[in-house]
Amino acid sequence: MEKLRQLYFWIDDRLHLTKLFESTAGHHVPKSSGSWFYVFGSATLLCFIIQVVTGICLALIYQPSASEAYASLEYLSYDVPLGWYLRAVHNWGSNFMVGIMLLHMTQVFLFGAYKYPREITWLSGCILLFLTLGMAFTGQVLRFDEDAYWGLGIGASIMGRIPFFGQEVVNMMLGGPIIAGQTLSRFFTLHVFVLPGAIIALVSLHLRMVLTKGINEYPTPGILVDRKTYDAHYQTILRKEGVPFVPHAIDKDLIASAVVLGLILFLAAFDGPKMPNGLADPTQIDTVPRPDFFFLWIFALAALLPPYMESFVLLVGPIVLSILLFTLPFFNNTGEKSWRRRPIAVLTVVLVWLTFGILTYLGKTSPWSPDMQAWTKDETPKEFLVNRSPLELQGNLVLQYKQCRLCHAIDGIGGKRGPDLAEVGMRLTEPQLVRQVVQGGGNMPAYGKNLTRDEITALTAYLVSLRPPGIPPARDSTLPAKPAPETPVSAQR
Amino acid sequence: MIGIPLAGYVASIMVEKFPLQWINLGPLSKFPEGKTTLATYLNPYRRSWDGDTDLIPCWVRRLAGENFQIFAINCAHLGCPVRWFEESQLFLCPCHGGAYYADGSRASGPPPRGLFEYEYKIEQGDLFVKGGLLPTLADTNP
Repeated sequence: MEKLRQLYFWIDDRLHLTKLFESTAGHHVPKSSGSWFYVFGSATLLCFIIQVVTGICLALIYQPSASEAYASLEYLSYDVPLGWYLRAVHNWGSNFMVGIMLLHMTQVFLFGAYKYPREITWLSGCILLFLTLGMAFTGQVLRFDEDAYWGLGIGASIMGRIPFFGQEVVNMMLGGPIIAGQTLSRFFTLHVFVLPGAIIALVSLHLRMVLTKGINEYPTPGILVDRKTYDAHYQTILRKEGVPFVPHAIDKDLIASAVVLGLILFLAAFDGPKMPNGLADPTQIDTVPRPDFFFLWIFALAALLPPYMESFVLLVGPIVLSILLFTLPFFNNTGEKSWRRRPIAVLTVVLVWLTFGILTYLGKTSPWSPDMQAWTKDETPKEFLVNRSPLELQGNLVLQYKQCRLCHAIDGIGGKRGPDLAEVGMRLTEPQLVRQVVQGGGNMPAYGKNLTRDEITALTAYLVSLRPPGIPPARDSTLPAKPAPETPVSAQR
Repeated sequence: MIGIPLAGYVASIMVEKFPLQWINLGPLSKFPEGKTTLATYLNPYRRSWDGDTDLIPCWVRRLAGENFQIFAINCAHLGCPVRWFEESQLFLCPCHGGAYYADGSRASGPPPRGLFEYEYKIEQGDLFVKGGLLPTLADTNP
């Protein structure tokens, strides 16, 4: 036993392990920081470690070549034992990493942890957010399926909007004038060398800052941050109620990490990997490209912005957002930390989550996209066909055959880009319908050149008939509802 | 010292020029008059490891005789592949619902302009397109 003790002291003397422990895992933290709200940072780190480990394993098989990538993913998924599971874990790990990181950021914001003296911790965290989103984007490119191909096209099209040197940036992004083998190579380089390296460097800085500037104490309403007194205040907290992080404050982190790990492993087993979505063959244009979950909001934004401000928002928006994020700890450096007394901070969080949430939902459902198959696959419900005149029925055929259903649903069946036509007869009069069909407008193309006079007559007759039972057709509001009573001759004088 | 060759190596792609090249799309008989058909050509800058991405599609509209219009497949909005709908005489984009008329002009939706159009020429009965670039708004004359 004594020998073992001596050996321990010898090793410790040479390697300074005790000192290392005291200054890192065993450093003192405010007891109040051992809270469930403080588990998101370590859970994000766990996700990153999972991504590194599974990523290295996937790289043993994956071929970063445009001609081989797809086949190697199929081989990974179907032939390599547990290859499918590693791919699934890598995919779910990525989802959790972004998601938990956003929760971590929200918590840090609400708890005022970015304020003095933790500005650099916040800054490094913001850069880590961008790097992680970069990992998510480059990762979906490595799947090199049709979504990846056209996703690159979308990325290049956004870059192409940069004034003066847009083409140079596009060439830099794609590695040439068009999406090809070099494009995949450079996204592979970013995904496995550049971005992870930068993340490891930034995580080191982030953790170093947590050690040197201390973890934020659980904020108490009314206790304000003052640059002159805060450091002494924090030391007092550590003296009075400081506990070593290991073993006294790490318990909740471990439990949360275990839950996250369990969820990732379960969802990966339950849901399986995200399979590549068709070969990256640009001639297969029968495709509906969609980005991965965390970029759906950009996809939605691109659909909803008016054309005149789109380039400006897509190019300047990220810069403005970054400046806001990076300068936050400097223009809001001191004062109240508790969210209970920072209503604007709470409102900001609610608004930001709502905005991104709604945009993501819209991106997922994308009601602005025509339903390309609607004209052949979607039937007209029976109640919209019975009791119609031959002319109106002919109009229904025009509606179907001229592909109006791609954008217009009837009673919810069909494309959602334009208004549902189920009750159009009570909204628009026949002349208004004729004008709309012939001239278009309000996001509808003009069909004047493409329909004969007879087709237009039949189509509008059918559209007028589309209204609930018992409701009369819309009438021109500029005309009197009933014939005006005849003016007595005596009044005319 | 190593920075200079590194920067030169990485940034060379930004200054390198990729002029458009004439590519044969095949005999005129492939393209019926009054119709718009999908044609594909091989990327003039292809490499052996490009896989299927060395193929580039485009829409060829033959109005009459030797009068053609050749459109890029990429929507002028964000580059998604537009599809031709013969019955409604429209190109529609599956991403954000951009729509173009048969002559490539913008019909509706978010695109800020009409479809990108390629130059063409006819030599010895074959149709040639001047292509090889992913058209974006950066490039006004693809």
